[in-house]
Amino acid sequence: MAKVGVLALQGAFREHREVLEALDVSVAEVRVPEHLSAVDALVIPGGESTTMTRLLDTSGLRAPLSERLRDGMPTFGTCAGLILLAAEVRDGRSDQVPLGALPVTVRRNGYGRQRDSFETGITVVGLAGAPFPGVFIRAPVVEFVAAGVEVLAAHDGRPVLVRHGRVWGATFHPELSGDLRIHQQFVQSINTAEGES
Amino acid sequence: MSDADSRTTGTARVKRGLAEMLRGGVIMDVVDAEQARIAEDAGAVAVMALERVPSDIRRDGGVARMSDPAMIEGIQGAVTIPVMAKCRIGHFAEAQVLESLGVDYIDESEVLTPADEAYHVDKWAFTIPFVCGATNLGEALRRIGEGAALLRSKGEAGTGNIVEAVRHLRSILGDVKKLTVADEAELFGWAKELQAPLPLVQEVAERGELPVPLFCAGGIATPADAALVMQLGAQSVFVGSGIFKSDDPAPRAKAIVEATTHYRDPAIVAKVSRNLGDAMRGEEIGTLDVKLAERGW
Repeated sequence: MAKVGVLALQGAFREHREVLEALDVSVAEVRVPEHLSAVDALVIPGGESTTMTRLLDTSGLRAPLSERLRDGMPTFGTCAGLILLAAEVRDGRSDQVPLGALPVTVRRNGYGRQRDSFETGITVVGLAGAPFPGVFIRAPVVEFVAAGVEVLAAHDGRPVLVRHGRVWGATFHPELSGDLRIHQQFVQSINTAEGES
Repeated sequence: MSDADSRTTGTARVKRGLAEMLRGGVIMDVVDAEQARIAEDAGAVAVMALERVPSDIRRDGGVARMSDPAMIEGIQGAVTIPVMAKCRIGHFAEAQVLESLGVDYIDESEVLTPADEAYHVDKWAFTIPFVCGATNLGEALRRIGEGAALLRSKGEAGTGNIVEAVRHLRSILGDVKKLTVADEAELFGWAKELQAPLPLVQEVAERGELPVPLFCAGGIATPADAALVMQLGAQSVFVGSGIFKSDDPAPRAKAIVEATTHYRDPAIVAKVSRNLGDAMRGEEIGTLDVKLAERGW
């Protein structure tokens, strides 16, 4: 069974760990390169993307993580995690270089400041039942997706859940919603990927 | 109806959610745009905009109030990370002004001079979230009952002395542990003793933790201070005077950020602690004329 890492440099890593554990997944926190080599997949949580970007460099994780992403490691980024995975970041800091594993362009804080943070129901492709409770906190907006990126959910005409190969990205926070279904889909995709390799 | 009409803002989940996003991070006090940029460069998860850092407030005396809106806007314009600002305890009109400015979090803070001796702000009435200080579990639960979405142990701001922060963290988290082994009947007694709402006492007993994140403030001056309070159970740190009252703020700010992430790895804390120059001078608690932590109730 796959071991899933949660990048624990900063942010809501504990919530992701709890959701994954509720799905009976074996989870490990990733803070330094040795931790990364022990996992088969990775979740990059929400948090402050400028802080996480800096810590990616100071911890020495950027190079090994980029290599794992090139090798096709299943990875799921939420909010700041999506910003880290994106190809291009707008309204970021000039020294904020993303990992470029997900060919999308995101605008940081695309809905505004915290007073504009919101909850809303989202219809997700392939999810049966009630709409997914979307929690958007100073959320980014996906402004462009390259060909080949699947849009699994949208809000107000903008993609909010996307997938490109084994890399997933959400602009909202499924880990805060109390609903396990999106994590469950990601975990299933890891097991499928393991079956292929 | 467009999708935008379906949005609900200001829910407890989005208020507490922003606090979750700040976990494992450092929130730095800044008094102008230049300091805010230094803080963001260093990896701060947010900045606290205020006119004087606590050690200067302590030195100057007088009444400390909400900052000038123009100064807060200057800081909002200088950085892309969340900007927090302080209002006086009970001063809901200052809080309204801060909300209209679009600050991301309001700190109803004992560092400023209290405006109301009986009541804190009704924080449920606001769309933006509040952080409040606490010295013990009862105070923490009363603030949550009033709508605080984030707590910080108070410590003794502006002293560069970690001893009070440690005392408050140990008190809050020690009582949380005790609640988890109390039986149902004892929880009624706890609610009375803590002067806290019974449903919150029961919730803490069941979950084994507070319903909102607990950060640490008041006295953090070194990377090792940050590692200490994180290991004691704080989830993030507020650093006030500790950075910009030190010899060389930028490297110290970066070092505290790294120590907060790698708090369980002493080799990394040692590495980042090297050659930082002098920390802020600091104060012995027994020599203080005013204890800020005693403000609020």
